[in-house]
This record gives sequence, structure tokens and C-alpha cells, in this order.
Amino acid sequence: MIEALPLWLLVAIKSLVLLIIVITLFAYTMLAERKVLAYMQLRVGPNKVGPWGLLQPAADALKMIFKEDLTPSSADPLIYRLAPFIAVFTALLAYAVIPFSQGEHGPWSIANVNAGILFVFAITSMGVYGISLAGWASGSKYPLLGSVRATAQMISYELAMTMSVIGVILQASTTSLSGIVEAQSRMWFIVPQFLGFLIYIITAVAETNRVPFDLVEAESELVAGFHTEYSGLRFGLFFIAEYINMITVSCLATLLFLGGWSGPGSSGHPLLGLLYFVIKVFAFLFFYIWLRGTLPRLRYDRLMAFGWKVLLPLATLNLLVTAIVVALWY
Amino acid sequence: MAVFVILAVALIASAVGVISAKNPVHSVVALLTNFAALAVLYLTLSGEFLAMIQMIVYSGAILILFVFVIALLGAGTSVGDLGPNRLAKVMTPAVIVGALALVVLGYALLHAQNPSGGGMLGAATILPGSQSQIAAVTIMPGADGAFGSIADFGRALFTTYLLPFELTAFVLLIAVIGVVVLAGGGAPERRKAAIREPIAKPKRRMEPTR
Repeated sequence: MIEALPLWLLVAIKSLVLLIIVITLFAYTMLAERKVLAYMQLRVGPNKVGPWGLLQPAADALKMIFKEDLTPSSADPLIYRLAPFIAVFTALLAYAVIPFSQGEHGPWSIANVNAGILFVFAITSMGVYGISLAGWASGSKYPLLGSVRATAQMISYELAMTMSVIGVILQASTTSLSGIVEAQSRMWFIVPQFLGFLIYIITAVAETNRVPFDLVEAESELVAGFHTEYSGLRFGLFFIAEYINMITVSCLATLLFLGGWSGPGSSGHPLLGLLYFVIKVFAFLFFYIWLRGTLPRLRYDRLMAFGWKVLLPLATLNLLVTAIVVALWY
Repeated sequence: MAVFVILAVALIASAVGVISAKNPVHSVVALLTNFAALAVLYLTLSGEFLAMIQMIVYSGAILILFVFVIALLGAGTSVGDLGPNRLAKVMTPAVIVGALALVVLGYALLHAQNPSGGGMLGAATILPGSQSQIAAVTIMPGADGAFGSIADFGRALFTTYLLPFELTAFVLLIAVIGVVVLAGGGAPERRKAAIREPIAKPKRRMEPTR
């Protein structure tokens, strides 16, 4: 029955379903963050709207929509309006190629492309435009500082991130995401690529501008960083983009290092595989929130020095060793 | 065909936008559109790897530095005033450079028609089996030996085009060193000493306010 549908309709249906799932996931990741943080700080967290505060995201969304949308008079109107859309667009586009489980007819994804991992990197590297253009277009000081910081930080850490992932690509000798998961059928890449995994996790936190690398929106220094001037739904779009990027890098970490949907008894049972995948992604998301509840913010020069003088050389070393091992023994 | 026409129009429109925009950031956004359209064009030629590298390198790394520099060096500055008779001042170099580019491009294209000649476009190497395979869409893109695969790129880059590739890398390295020398200011020893120098301490302890 599915084969009878034209390709464009199939893709449209898949995209719509995935979009709804991702947006819902975003809403509840946000709620989970508030709840978990609250319990870590001996508070209760949102608990008034609905049972256990479960309807809080809906209330937040309504509030966002009805708030006034302000544009500063010094802003560049076109770019100011464009920036949040770039942020959300690039955040969502990555899901076009991410596979979630393995069915009979191939991986469960919108499109199974051969250059999957490269596509994700190409798209996520666009995400920085949303932030840097937003800060520039706001036409005020703190957003500009925030966006300049963001650009420098994201470019620096993207380099180490990509280098850490090339090790995985070399070992799997494919750039297809489902191929990388299949290559981990004997052993998850977290074991041979442990250094790469560590570098990936650190850079992923920096790439998504989360604590302890949230210099971009350091509220004690920069008011709210690049989105200081944004209000209402446009601010909401940046918010959505940040959390969706968090989910994306968690999905990638699962696919690249934790064997994706593989687990005991998952072969031939796509739904069980999907469950494993979701559990692994949630573990990463919890780790993110845990970090936020634990670590203080880094100083900016330390952040840069750490990225260039520690992570990048380590990632290069990891790549070099992997290349030699792959060339000699594979 | 329809896809190509749409992409071509988008490419030309965004290219015109790059040179006609008064604001440098608007130019950057237009250039970003241009790169994206070009990447999709590569995709329609099943050059997956080339398309992705186009996005990662040009849009993700180089162009974002433009935004960074523009943001740092005063936002919203418009084109500098060239004084009277500016059309002639701009036209003369533009025509000369344009004509040169046309000659080089034409030479490369004509040369590339002949695979044995090994033109600048490298048709003989990057397209194994020459023109016939471009039409053959049945070949899985990305697979070894197919048009635009990573293996082919690597082979072409590190065998046929090794010298140009290494020379380009060398030229870029020289540019980087040049920037460090120009912007670094002073010899390394002196800079280090300046950094080590502690922040000026207050001469004497503050009197407690009574």
C-alpha cells in the first residue's frame, strides 16, 4: 500500500509526522529540563498547569504567540526577520537524513542518502548564520557581542567536532548514517573511538551553546546575548532551534558512537530498535541537563584556548592514529 | 529541466544581489543563497560529495568569517565614496578582469571537450568512462567508481592534481602567516612579556569608608 503512493506524497507525509514528533519532543525536553533542574536544586518546578505540570509547554507556547513582536528602530528589518527562520530551518532540515531504526525495506528515515553524515554537518554548520545574523541585525550592542562570540566559538569547535567524527567515518568506511550503524554490529564505536567520543560530546555541548559553554547568551554579562531584542514568536523560534539542535547532536552521538538502534534482540524488530534509539537519545539529553545543573560557565579566553590548544590537537591525534590503524589492519 | 531552470534563475538572481546590495551583510545573505542553489545543482548531477563539501567549506566556514569580520569592523558601513568620475574608475579594471576571466574560462571549456587533452576541468579523471556515464543515473552516487564519489575525489586530488592541490595549500598557508605577521604586532618575545605583565595594581590599599 505504501509503495502505491507517489514519492513526493510519501516524503511529505513522513516529513509532517516527523515534524510533529520533533516539535513535541522539543516541548517536553524543555519541560524535562525545568523539572530535572528543579529537583537538582531541591525545588519542585512547574506543577500547576495540568497533572505534574504536563501541560506547561502548551501554556508557554500560547504565551509566546500572544506576546507583542517588537522590532528595534535601529534594526535591519529584513535580516532581523530572516534570522530566526534560518535558525529553525537549519535545525529541522537535519532530520531529513537521520535514520531512527532499521526496517525490512531499509532504514526508517525520510531520505537515506549516502552522504548522510556530511549532509548533517553541512546543515548544522548553517545554523550559526541564524545566531550571527540575528545579533548583527538587532542593531544594538549586547546582541552584537553575543553573536560575535557565538560565531568564533562555533567555528572553533566545529573544527574539532568534524575531526573527531572523521575517525568514525574512516573506521566504518562509509558516510551513510545507516551504514555507520551497521558497521557497529560487532562493537560500538564508543570503545575504539573513545577519545573521539569524548571530543564529540564536549564539542557538541559547545556547538549547541549550552552550559558550560553558553558564553553566547551569558545572562550575567550580555543580558540575553544574540536574542536580547527578540520577543514573542521570533524569540520562540530561537528557543525551538536551540533545543532541536540539542536533540540532533544527541541523535548523532547515538548513531555514531552508541550503535544507533542496535541492542539485544533488535535485529528484525524495528520497533524495539526504535525504543533503544530513543532511550539512548534521552540518556544524552539527561546528560545535557545534568551538566547545566552542575557546571559553572567557562571564561571566554579559556573556552577558546581549550578548543584550539586541547581539543583540536587531540582530535588530530585521534584521526592520525585511526588512519594508521585502518590503513594497516582493515 | 524545470529544476535546472529554477536553480539557474536563483543562481543568477542571487549573484546579481551579491554585487548590487549596498549593505555588506545583505551581500553575504545573497551569496549564501547562491552557494545553496549551487549545492542543489551539484545534487541534480548526483555529485553528493561535492554538494556537501560546497556547503561545509564555503557556506559553513568561509562565508561565516565574512559575517564575523563585518560584525567586528563596524556594522552597516556602505560602499566607500570613490569621488567624481567613479564609473570610469570602476569600469576599467572590471572590463580588464572580466575579459581575462572569459578567456581563461573559454580556454578551459574548449580544452575539457577533449578528454585525452586533460583540460582544466579534469574531465578525463573525474568522469570515468567520459560523457556516457553522466546520463547513466542508474549508478549509485557515492559508490566507488561512480561519478563524484569520495574515492574518485580522493584519487584525483592526491594523484593527478597533487601538485596544484599542494601548491594551493601552500599559498593559503603563506596568506595565513602574512596575516599573523601583519596583525600580530611586534616580535613574539615582546608580546609574551606584555601578556605576563600583571594588571596594574592600585598604589595603595583603599581606605575603608567610614
